[in-house]
Amino acid sequence: MSDGAGSGSGAAGSGSGAAVEDARALAELTFRAESGRVLATLIRLLGGDFDAAEEALADAFVIALETWPRDGVPANPAAWLTVSARNRALDRLRRAKRQADKLAELESALSPGSLETTMRVGSETRLADDRLRLIFTCCHPALPLESRVALTLRTLGGLSTPEIARAFLVPEATLAQRLVRAKRKIREAAIPYRVPPDEAIPERLDGVLATLYLVFNEGYAASGGDALVRADLCREAIRLARLVAELMPDRTEPLGLLALLLLQDSRRAARTADDGSLVLLEDQDRGRWDRGEIAEGTALVQRGWAMIAGRESAGRVETAGTPAGRPPGRTPAGGNPGPAARDEGGPGTYLLQASIAAQHARTVTGGPSDWAAIASLYALLAVVAPSPVVELNRAVAVAEADGPEAGLEIVERVVASGSLDEYHLLHATRADMLRRLGRNGEARAAYLRAASLCGNETERAFLERRIAELSTPQADIG
Amino acid sequence: MRYMLLIYGPDAATSADDSTGMRDMRPWFDYGNWLTEQGLFRAGEPLAPTSSATTVRVQGGQRLVTDGPFAETKEVLGGYYIIECDDLDTAIDAAARCPGARFGSMEVRPIAAMPAQAPA
Repeated sequence: MSDGAGSGSGAAGSGSGAAVEDARALAELTFRAESGRVLATLIRLLGGDFDAAEEALADAFVIALETWPRDGVPANPAAWLTVSARNRALDRLRRAKRQADKLAELESALSPGSLETTMRVGSETRLADDRLRLIFTCCHPALPLESRVALTLRTLGGLSTPEIARAFLVPEATLAQRLVRAKRKIREAAIPYRVPPDEAIPERLDGVLATLYLVFNEGYAASGGDALVRADLCREAIRLARLVAELMPDRTEPLGLLALLLLQDSRRAARTADDGSLVLLEDQDRGRWDRGEIAEGTALVQRGWAMIAGRESAGRVETAGTPAGRPPGRTPAGGNPGPAARDEGGPGTYLLQASIAAQHARTVTGGPSDWAAIASLYALLAVVAPSPVVELNRAVAVAEADGPEAGLEIVERVVASGSLDEYHLLHATRADMLRRLGRNGEARAAYLRAASLCGNETERAFLERRIAELSTPQADIG
Repeated sequence: MRYMLLIYGPDAATSADDSTGMRDMRPWFDYGNWLTEQGLFRAGEPLAPTSSATTVRVQGGQRLVTDGPFAETKEVLGGYYIIECDDLDTAIDAAARCPGARFGSMEVRPIAAMPAQAPA
């Protein structure tokens, strides 16, 4: 137990077989669930030293594997692991004589009194602060995006280096190197271990949410790799988004991100057919959508809009005399979004995207999508976060609401801008609208262009099916 | 922690007119004063245009002296500040307030500790 290698080899011990294995599995499960929060606290206690905290936690895990199967999992595993890791960290420091100065400094910070205070139930906020601090540090914009992702999954997600490497299809050594470099930069450039001050939150929160969204998308969009590992990434992203939403309850964007992830995840099972091919939204089996996730995501969207309505009416009190804008309670999940304020109190990109996903999710009961509402949500999104991709999506919604001709008009403007020429979905969308207008020759050419640009097997298979349909004149498959 | 803020931007020598407003000195004076008021300022100077630069190398004991900067790039090092503060966030904030951030880009580099000299 001198080297804290964590999980793995074990099991070679004498005798009691299945029971020990069960206890071991339980210990591993508990460890996975608790390691993020324990690490967050340890990093603070150890003055922002990620490596020392990880080493100490690995040590504590080894001890847990020995004692938990024998004595049972402690009532408060997080506290147990923190205290145990703290002790191991102190041992290590005591042994390292040349760090004598640091030891004195840490011993007072880590005195049993202060730690017990930290671990008492009453200090939940302090522990929550630690995890928030860790998220903001792992997602610091001074770190490269790929490192933010790896560091977040490693420290907060408790995923092992091989697991993360597998999920992102990079060699383990590359990923390990990425983590080492990120931690070195945190140390050498003095990236602070703290939640940024209020005025910096909007800017920094974007980085946190973008990182979590990337983790989710890596699991959801499947540019390749093991399906089970990818489902893990989605779950982990949702768990961390939930954490941020809980820790920052007065902000709508974390709520929006959590809602967006839940609503997208609700369709994961229905997204691919048994042979692995992609199923379009309109063709998906509604019965396979996860209703629990839809209900939670939709409720979060409504809460987000209610918060914004609350802010707006509070704002209206200050500027008394101006006519009321949007009546509160008219939420997009239930109807028309109406005009949104572009000030800080207005809806952000994640809440808007979640609102769109909630609109799609309404069809779980068999009803049609409200494409007019979706088109106006995209119009709002185009104001908050203008991009050709948003324009393209707006075109799809407009095509559904007002017909393919109106949609194609928008698509052609995007094509003319030239900015998405290498994007297969631009050509696939254009092809679809041309097909519906009966302009089969142009449609086929556009499908061919889309297929040549598409990097995803299932999506390409879908495009090639369309090409084949357009090549045989009588084929008319709904 | 000490950080060097390296100011990269268009070369003063190549931009004959000052359409960018980069050579208006007032914002630079204001910025220097702000750094001093905040207790951050340790050092800082502008550099002359790269047209005045000379590159020196020693290869196989031979001096190689050439005209101009080491590499021709669009953005050149135009000046620097050295500041002292607790962490990177403070340094980033200071860099963002520098007029140079509007005309080009700022590189924020921690100054590394010099290893102690071996006793003779």
